[in-house]
Amino acid sequence: MIKKKIYDVVIIGSGPGGLAAAVAAKKEGAEDVLVIERDTELGGILLQCIHNGFGLEIFNEDLPGPSYAQRYIDEAHELGVESMLDTIVLEVTPGRKLFASSTKHGFVEIDARAIVLAMGCRERTRAMIQIPGMRPAGVYTAGTAQRFTNIEGKMPGERVVILGSGDIGLIMARRLTFEGAKVERVLEILPYLSGLTRNYVQCLQDFDIPLQFEHTVKFIHGKDRVEAVEIAQVDKNWNYVKGSEETIPCDTLLLSVGLIPENELSRQAGVRIDPITGGPYVDESRETNVPGIFAAGNVVHVYDLADWVTLAGYDAGKSAAKFAMALKAKESAHIPVKAGNNVHHVVPHTINKQNLTNDEIELQLRVVRPIEERVMIEVHDGENRIARKAARYARPGEMLTLVLKERHFADVEKADSLTVDVNPR
Amino acid sequence: MVEKRKLICVSCPVGCELEVTLDGNEIVEVEGNTCKLGIDYAEQELFDPRRMVASTVKVKNGYHPLVPVYTEKPVPKPKIFDVLAELRKVEIEAPVSVNDVVIENVLDTGINVIASRDMPKV
Repeated sequence: MIKKKIYDVVIIGSGPGGLAAAVAAKKEGAEDVLVIERDTELGGILLQCIHNGFGLEIFNEDLPGPSYAQRYIDEAHELGVESMLDTIVLEVTPGRKLFASSTKHGFVEIDARAIVLAMGCRERTRAMIQIPGMRPAGVYTAGTAQRFTNIEGKMPGERVVILGSGDIGLIMARRLTFEGAKVERVLEILPYLSGLTRNYVQCLQDFDIPLQFEHTVKFIHGKDRVEAVEIAQVDKNWNYVKGSEETIPCDTLLLSVGLIPENELSRQAGVRIDPITGGPYVDESRETNVPGIFAAGNVVHVYDLADWVTLAGYDAGKSAAKFAMALKAKESAHIPVKAGNNVHHVVPHTINKQNLTNDEIELQLRVVRPIEERVMIEVHDGENRIARKAARYARPGEMLTLVLKERHFADVEKADSLTVDVNPR
Repeated sequence: MVEKRKLICVSCPVGCELEVTLDGNEIVEVEGNTCKLGIDYAEQELFDPRRMVASTVKVKNGYHPLVPVYTEKPVPKPKIFDVLAELRKVEIEAPVSVNDVVIENVLDTGINVIASRDMPKV
C-alpha cells in the first residue's frame, strides 16, 4: 500500500492516548488520519496489561488492557484511520514533517497538517538508579518481565524480589505468583506505596506477599544469573541503616522504580519540555509551544489510569483535527495565479478568496519575449476570460500590471486557478 | 458480638478504606465508602470474597504463542488457583476473536472465561 504523503493528522504511538486521538480526530472531521506505531500491532503497552481494571471510568466496565485496546482499535478501523506498523519515526520537524523508516515501507517522508505526540513513557532502569553489585542476567524492569510473561510466554524467573511499589511491580507480583513463581519480597524506598491501594490489596495482600517500606536493594549477587540480593533499610536521607542488611536468595530482580515520558522526538521538533514532568508544556487544547504539534498521555506526564490517558488523547485528537481543518481551509482558499502565454511570472502567486471583499488586487508580471506592438493582458480561469487590459507594447525589462476589481471578484471566487496571458492584439 | 473490620474497597481505583461494623454474621454499618459499590464490596468481601482472574492460555498458529483471557465475573477467591490450573490445560486454535468463550462455566462457577483480544492466525 502506497501511503499518501500529506495527512491531516499524524499520530505517533498507538497506545490509549494515540488511539483515542485518532478516533477523536476522525470524529472531529479530519479526513486523512495516520497512526504510526513501532510495534507490529496497534495497542501499545495495553496489550501486555492483561489484568483487569481498565475502562471503569469510560465504559463503567472492568476490562483487561487488551479488551480495552481492542475497542479503540476496532473503532479506529471502522472510522477509516490508517496505520503504519513496525515503523519508527526518526525525526519530527517544527514544520510538521516526519521522517520514518520500516522494512515494509522503507524510508518515508510525511507531511502533517497537525501532529499528536503519543509516544508514552519508558521505564527507569537499573543504570538510572545505580544499584551496586554484579551484573548477572535476571534483572529486568517490571514492564519487560510483563511482556515476556504475557505476550511471549517466557517466565523471567522462579524466585523473585521486586524493587519499587509502582503499579506494574505490584501487578507483576501477582502475575508471577499466578504462573507459579515465588515472589519473596516487594521493597519500597519511600515510606508509602507508589501504586494504587487497590493493587496493594489484590496483588500483595491476597497472596501474602510481604512489602517493606523504607527498604532498598543494596547489592546484587550472582555471576551469570542473579543468586541473591542484599537488602537494607534506609533512613530519611536514603542512607542504609547499619545492621538492617538481609540477604534474600532469588534468581530474579524486577524493577518498578518509575516511568519517564519519552520525548526525544518532541525535543527535535523544538517542543519545550517541562523539567518537572519530563513532558511537553501544553495548553488546555493539548497544543505544545510548536503550532500544530499536540501531545497527550504518558508522554506529557505519567498517569495512574489508562482511562485518563484516553480522555487526554480525545482532547489532543480533537484539537489537532481543528487545527488541520483550519489549515486546509486556508490552503483551499488560495487560488493559484499562473504565468500563461508569454508570461515569465506573476506576483502575487496566489489569491486568498477570503480577502476578495476588500481592496483591488494588482497583478504584477513580466513577459518572456518583447512584443513591439499593441498587446492584450488577459486573465482567465482556463475557460472564460475574467479581466483584460491593453498595453502599447510588452518588454521583459518593464513590469506590466493588471488590476482585479470588485466586479471581477465573483468570477475569481469561482475559479480553481487564474492564468495570465500576454498576446498581440 | 459486635466487631469492627477494616477493608480496602477494590471496586475502583479510588480504593476507599472501609470500616465495617459486624454483629455476628450481619453487617450493621459500613463507613468510609464514597459510593454504593463500597457497601456491596463489604458484603461480598466478608462473606464470599471474589476476584477477577486474568491470565493467558496457549494458542496454536496464533500471531503470539499466548492469548490473554479473563473471567467474565469475579470468581470465589479460594478458587483462583484452581481456575489457573484449568487454564493451563487449555490450548486453543487461532484465529481467536475478542470475547470468544475459552472455558464455559469454569469449575461450575457459572462463569465463563473469555478471550480479551483478537488473535489472528499466522
